[in-house]
Amino acid sequence: MAEAAAHAGQQQHPLRLYVVVWVWLFILSTFSYLVDFFQLQGYLRWSLILLFMMLKAGLITAVFMHMAWERLALAYAILLPPLLVLVFVGIMVLEADYTLFTREEFLEAGRG
Amino acid sequence: MPDTAPMQAQDSTARSAGWRGVVADWSSDQQSFKDVSWGKAMMWIFLLSDTFIFGCFLLSYMTVRMSTVVPWPNPSEVFALEIGGVHLPLILIAIMTFVLITSSGTMAMAVNYAYRRDRRRTALLMLLTAALGASFVGMQAFEWSKLIHEGVRPWENPWGAAQFGSSFFMITGFHGTHVTFGVIFLVIVARKVWRGDFDDGRRGFFTSRKGRYEIVEITGLYWHFVDLVWVFIFAFFYLW
Repeated sequence: MAEAAAHAGQQQHPLRLYVVVWVWLFILSTFSYLVDFFQLQGYLRWSLILLFMMLKAGLITAVFMHMAWERLALAYAILLPPLLVLVFVGIMVLEADYTLFTREEFLEAGRG
Repeated sequence: MPDTAPMQAQDSTARSAGWRGVVADWSSDQQSFKDVSWGKAMMWIFLLSDTFIFGCFLLSYMTVRMSTVVPWPNPSEVFALEIGGVHLPLILIAIMTFVLITSSGTMAMAVNYAYRRDRRRTALLMLLTAALGASFVGMQAFEWSKLIHEGVRPWENPWGAAQFGSSFFMITGFHGTHVTFGVIFLVIVARKVWRGDFDDGRRGFFTSRKGRYEIVEITGLYWHFVDLVWVFIFAFFYLW
């Protein structure tokens, strides 16, 4: 009984799964590095960086941190709020563009 | 209050899934996170708050990099190293990335063995994780001293926009601090596992409570999060 209770709510998964994810993280990191090694530029570089980043983050969160097996009430409570940072990103992109504009337009001497 | 395993008032199989489950869990009495203990839920909530801290750091880095009229130093060259006469761009950062990923793998294994009550393997894998983490911090110290030696300061550097130094020291410094605390956390928990505290119900020095093997998983959550943050730093600061 104690043993059965202790096992409920625990994360017990086959070791093989962790090894597979581990290998994938290595492969994806190598790809990320190769993006820089071959000096890819422009939209290709940025989209590849973001793609490999999201895949790695997803694998770590879902499998290593076991989020894939948690109840949705926890998953949504933890994973949705960070999306609000994207709103902040949007605001700061506008702000940075404006700062750059004023610097280029009016502050030739005030570089930096 | 008795120190119990996660409350299992009802059989978890009886609960509804999907959106219906989200509404049911959140509108129910006393406990929204049904299958996790308070320790795990609190670690997740701490990690959420930490996500916002690192999110704001990366956001301020984005803002200063977008708004400066001075060219940004090329990280590929700044972090390049000569190894055996070969010029390799960004190589130290790549090695650090692989070390941290490896440590995440050993941590995942440790959690697995902890739930099988394999004390020896759990403790050894946790110590291996801690060693890899310590070597990561060591490489970061090397990187910092190299850059400081080359004249990088929070207010200036020889290659371009002054904000490069302030962003670099703040972001990697905060991350390195997290890794350092993680190493300490790992060593403490590994010692408890090795000694068998979670089998003989020995009470904690600090909390005076009995621990459970779940602490290995909670430590693992923190450790994987440190790796997760590095994924974002690697992409945005070093590769962009």
